[in-house]
Amino acid sequence: MKRLLIAVPYFWLLALFLVPFLIVLKISLSDVALARPPYFPQWHLEDGASALLSYLREWDFENFVFLTTDDLYWKAYLSSAKIAFVATFFTLLVGFPIAYGMARAPTEWRPTLMMLVILPFWTSFLIRVYAWIGILSGEGYLNQFLLWIGIIQEPLIILNTNIAVYIGIVYTYLPFMILPIYSALEKLDESLLEAAEDLGCSRFTAFWLITFPLSKQGIIAGCFLVFIPTIGEFVIPSLLGGSSTLMIGKVLWEEFFNNRDWPVAGAVAIVLLLILIIPIILFQRNEQKNREADK
Amino acid sequence: MRRFSWFNATSLTLGFAFLYLPMVILVIYSFNSSKLVTVWAGFSTKWYGELFQNEAFLDAAWVTIRVAVISSSVATVLGTMAAYVLVRGGRFRGRTVFSGMIYAPLVMPEVITGLSLLLLFIGIGLDRGVFTIILAHATFSMCYVSVVVSSRLVSFDQSLEEAALDLGCTPWQAFRLVTLPIIAPAVISGWLLAFTLSLDDLVIASFTAGPSSTTLPIKIFSAVRLGVSPEINALSTIMIGIVTVGVVTFSIMSKRNAVRREREARAADRVA
Repeated sequence: MKRLLIAVPYFWLLALFLVPFLIVLKISLSDVALARPPYFPQWHLEDGASALLSYLREWDFENFVFLTTDDLYWKAYLSSAKIAFVATFFTLLVGFPIAYGMARAPTEWRPTLMMLVILPFWTSFLIRVYAWIGILSGEGYLNQFLLWIGIIQEPLIILNTNIAVYIGIVYTYLPFMILPIYSALEKLDESLLEAAEDLGCSRFTAFWLITFPLSKQGIIAGCFLVFIPTIGEFVIPSLLGGSSTLMIGKVLWEEFFNNRDWPVAGAVAIVLLLILIIPIILFQRNEQKNREADK
Repeated sequence: MRRFSWFNATSLTLGFAFLYLPMVILVIYSFNSSKLVTVWAGFSTKWYGELFQNEAFLDAAWVTIRVAVISSSVATVLGTMAAYVLVRGGRFRGRTVFSGMIYAPLVMPEVITGLSLLLLFIGIGLDRGVFTIILAHATFSMCYVSVVVSSRLVSFDQSLEEAALDLGCTPWQAFRLVTLPIIAPAVISGWLLAFTLSLDDLVIASFTAGPSSTTLPIKIFSAVRLGVSPEINALSTIMIGIVTVGVVTFSIMSKRNAVRREREARAADRVA
């Protein structure tokens, strides 16, 4: 009984997660070819074991070397990391005051506020990104409004630039930043703040010396929750970004669907994962620290 | 009695305005009679009418709903099994690999998940269509279900299960009569999460869908690339409406349940 319980999900994940991943690895070591499927070498069971050896010999790291020589790729990795980093910073800037306001709100308000933060998360990601196209475009609502109140004379060009990408990321990932910070701030013992004020701290100093350090774990968790998925983001740069917006998720997509270069797409994917491993491990450490602190 | 300070009230107002204004604008302009989306020309529901005449959208919606219902149900069963094994299973061979495979898809960029599944399906010669999308969605959402369910399993008292076993239940009976009712809220929210993830997914579906199995997000994405259209606004409004009603109902229901349970627990205490 227990064996069966383990075996079913285990083999499901083995077949549909681990094996596909190994296939990507394999193809990233192959060469592109004008064939179906479009890569070389191929090996089939009926070719026998001797063919397997020469097959394995055909594998090389050519595609990975290619990634380092063509500056499109490393520029894309760098620019993804930069966009993710800047966007995370702005998400924190927007998210922290909201989380703070929620944690300091009257107790009976909190469940409602919480639901208001979670609700957008359940709403379609695609639709939330789409909503910004109408706002940011040349004749969009934002430009109409700014022209109407007379701040600007000519419409601003925001859509199809990196600024639009930043706005899109901050908007869609905001709940991921708010929730961990909120849960850290909610646990904070307010008598500490009262004590600090009694001892002569200004409100700002008390915030800086007590609230901020004690919510650090939540801030770190929120930053990782925004940063990690943003690096591989595809929808936001392709809908809100322009031709100059370089993000690796978009490059991978185009390499695969437009150029049909599977081996290079595979290599792009493998390198992306290697890059992501570092923040993921850091995130896990932070979570572990959190759990130990809770005990 | 606590009150909002002016600072908190301002930051909450601005914050929630930022979160909700784009969606509110979308909803309002879906009732715009003009073809030009950004110019208001009077109230009209004609785009909803056109939407329901658009066969391509209706077909895609039907595919999406089928995929979401089946894949989230499969994911819920598999994810609950995985959570149970991870929390209650003790040590077994390959446990580390297992928990790795549960957590890895959560942080895996969608483009990579999609790419790798597509290469698998081509490799084994499986024709792409509704079935392959279901397989793909069930795989990544079972990991989310498993995380939700295992957090519930960790927090409840294991001695209840042990008591059931001592009183002569088979392990299956103990699971069905004791464990399942206790973790049911988590299982239901896991299903809902899997359902919305499937409903929402563009990237993985694009990789694993065949030419005859377009889902709604794929359809929306290709339409949106050409710019804003009033029909998409109408469709978005319907989807936002469904989600809002669903989430609000679910949270009111679970709040009511929690209140009722508390009352029962207090009554039980009094009897004891």
